[in-house]
Amino acid sequence: MEALRLYGRYAAASVRGQMQYPASFLMISTAQLLATGIEFLGLWALFARFGQIEGWRFGEVCVFYGVVNLAFAFADSCARGFDIFGSEYVRTGAFDRLLLRPRTTAFQLLGHELRLSRLGRLIEAAVVFAIGAVLTHLAFTPAAVALLVWAMVGGMALFFGIMVISATLAFWTVESLEIVNVISYGGVEAAQYPLNIYAAWLRDFLIFVVPIGCVAYFPVVAALGHADPLGAPAWFMASSPAAGFLFLAVTLWVWGFGVRHYTSTGS
Amino acid sequence: MAAVASPYLAAFAARFQLVLQYRAAALAGFATQCWWGAIKIMVLAAFFYGAARSQPMSLEHAITYTWLGQAFLIFLPWNADPDVAEMVRTGAVAYDRLRPVDTYGWWYARAVAWSAARVAPRAVLMFIVAAGLMPLFGLGAWSLKAPAGLEATVLFAVSMIGVALLSASIVLLINVVAVASMTDRGANLLIAPFSNLLSGGIVPLAFFPGWIRPGLRLQPFAGLFDTPFRIYFGELSGWAALGGVALQVGWTLALVLLGRWALGRTMRRLQVQGG
Amino acid sequence: MPQIVVSDLTKHYRIAERDAGAFGAIKGLFHRRMRTVEALDRVSFSLEAGELLGFIGPNGAGKSTTIKILSGILRPTSGEVVVEGLVPYEDRIRHVARIGVVFGQRTQLWWDLPVIEGFDLLAAIYRVDPARYRATRDELVALLKLERLLDQPVRQLSLGQRMRAEIAAALLHEPKILFLDEPTIGLDAPAKLAVREVVQRLNREKGVTVLLTTHDMHDIEALAERVIVIGHGRILADSPFEQLRAEGLAERRVYIEFAEDAPDLVLAGVEVRAREGRSLELAFDPAKTSAPALIAKIAAAHAVADIHVEQPAIEEVIARFYDRHGAGEA
Repeated sequence: MEALRLYGRYAAASVRGQMQYPASFLMISTAQLLATGIEFLGLWALFARFGQIEGWRFGEVCVFYGVVNLAFAFADSCARGFDIFGSEYVRTGAFDRLLLRPRTTAFQLLGHELRLSRLGRLIEAAVVFAIGAVLTHLAFTPAAVALLVWAMVGGMALFFGIMVISATLAFWTVESLEIVNVISYGGVEAAQYPLNIYAAWLRDFLIFVVPIGCVAYFPVVAALGHADPLGAPAWFMASSPAAGFLFLAVTLWVWGFGVRHYTSTGS
Repeated sequence: MAAVASPYLAAFAARFQLVLQYRAAALAGFATQCWWGAIKIMVLAAFFYGAARSQPMSLEHAITYTWLGQAFLIFLPWNADPDVAEMVRTGAVAYDRLRPVDTYGWWYARAVAWSAARVAPRAVLMFIVAAGLMPLFGLGAWSLKAPAGLEATVLFAVSMIGVALLSASIVLLINVVAVASMTDRGANLLIAPFSNLLSGGIVPLAFFPGWIRPGLRLQPFAGLFDTPFRIYFGELSGWAALGGVALQVGWTLALVLLGRWALGRTMRRLQVQGG
Repeated sequence: MPQIVVSDLTKHYRIAERDAGAFGAIKGLFHRRMRTVEALDRVSFSLEAGELLGFIGPNGAGKSTTIKILSGILRPTSGEVVVEGLVPYEDRIRHVARIGVVFGQRTQLWWDLPVIEGFDLLAAIYRVDPARYRATRDELVALLKLERLLDQPVRQLSLGQRMRAEIAAALLHEPKILFLDEPTIGLDAPAKLAVREVVQRLNREKGVTVLLTTHDMHDIEALAERVIVIGHGRILADSPFEQLRAEGLAERRVYIEFAEDAPDLVLAGVEVRAREGRSLELAFDPAKTSAPALIAKIAAAHAVADIHVEQPAIEEVIARFYDRHGAGEA
């Protein structure tokens, strides 16, 4: 697709710029690898002590963890434009620049920067996933692989949607709100564990409102060939990552209102 | 005595006031923390469900531990003091030397104020919600329980003072690293995960494998969360509690001495370079 | 069928007012007083394809607001705008693909990227055919003398260099319409001349419609056949430039240097503006008095060393115009 090629150009330009200061992103990457790795140690310690969590073993939880964090790491690497949207685009009026180009504004924000520093989290997530795959003897059948890829893509769509929300708020508040971190980082934290361990209200929130459960829990359960304690039908488990795209579509629709507000009040 | 202390007290007071103004941000942060606390507790409860009866720490204590951790999260050393970071960025560090006060002491007073002022409202709110409101809504089993008696309360208060002092001594070390490396990035990035893990912020130290636990209990970060919280629910009492406090104080002194020495050397080096 | 049609364009901004001080800030949380600023008030005009229109007016008159609405990045409060059959702010993407916009002192190029890379990226964004892009790019680089700047990151360029690159960037996709908002502001003389020359060539040779706002009257003098004067959001004049000049200040000035001390001249229809030593400055209405006749008369009666006839500076013409229409700074 032509848009993908354009994104490739944005990404290439961004990467070239960052390669001029390799020490910086390598340092941040390493620190991230360390930080996420250490947090994972905490998770491991709990399993070392308790052995299992409501019927799920360490390896299985590693697979959940890996899938969610991979999707998040990918999405987060494109998120910079949305993170700084308020201070760098709205407050300065630089958003005009994006409006003057014949492309959708959200897409242009995606191209703002491809953060190489997120590599640390990406590597850690991949390693944990690998550990989980080995421990669970994950059979890489075409169906399983398709499910996992589908889950990750849906997850990326969902996290993009969260990024769009945080930027949309900036149209009104100018500074981005910390509260959005509750659903992005908080959501990742929650989705690392299988959904059935949570109380009903949280489960429902994570399935129907911010459908992180749909892009992590259900497809992974299906890929693992595990029985689902929540009793979801097979068709649902296989198609649930679509909820990520639905979520993204809704956030983009709301984004349109933000753009309208900006163009009505001027910069 | 008062004359010697007053510039530092003034620094403390000024900083405290400034921080109290950041209320909106604090409220947002509070909501985030409630969420984190809730998730951690649900995960812990799920682990306990169907687990063997005897564990190094009961679920009830683990829940209280988690809420206390959220209440006092700001005491975990995370970054260099933002003012120092700013100074490093703009290269104005040397100007601090122009003040007729001891730089370390000055920075230390401000660090304590910075954390104490931000913790106070957060902790109060967390207690109101987790200890007060939750039982009212029938969530008593998930709430922050009261301390284990009068002795525990008093010792806890003493220990929290120790936390403030210990935390500041670690922040000062981060400051020194920032100044020495001429960048505010490096030190920030590395200290946070260690702070979080070793204090018991990610998982209560009790749950770590038995062979590593004694070592974990002795390292400086343990004094930030693990020691005071165990005093709170009475796991550490009497002489053991006092021992824990002594460990906090001991580490604080050691890190202060280390910090003073390191800062002195760094500043002298800066002066030579014209920094 | 005109290319650009603006009818009854009106734009009001609502600005929140707040009392000063801490008490005002608290009050501001509960009740916000809104003040309405009328930036544009029923502005109407139209442009044919290939026209070059100058838009002048004092600060805050509404020039930038008009350009923003025409480019599609601002919505009007009421009124209609149609550009090549599209409403700019409704059909943003299609509209924006056909126009080029240059905002003086603001750049749309990427700060850290070399100029040429920024150009390449823009070509991809505007979906320009690669062969046409190369041809257009090379032509613009030659026209604006950008050869030596191409590999430098934009942040390293001087303002003049940046504006030249900016204009090239706005034209890479061969737009039919070009909006320029104060393009020569802050530029030195050679840069201004280069910009004017490019704009003129584009308009004359390629038929690009140009709408230019500026404070620099020499830009207008050099470029614009037609001028719209705007003040306090209203159109004060819409006429060919020379007509504006003639109506604005129908005056000629004669500066005479005498061979001896300047005499005391009294002539009908002639005003003595200044007198110093051997020089005299006279003003007269060219419609009533013929310049050659006047000069002949003076030279016949006195020993004249040098004479020089001038129209008043355009700035003065415009300033008087603003005054007359009460259009001063908003």
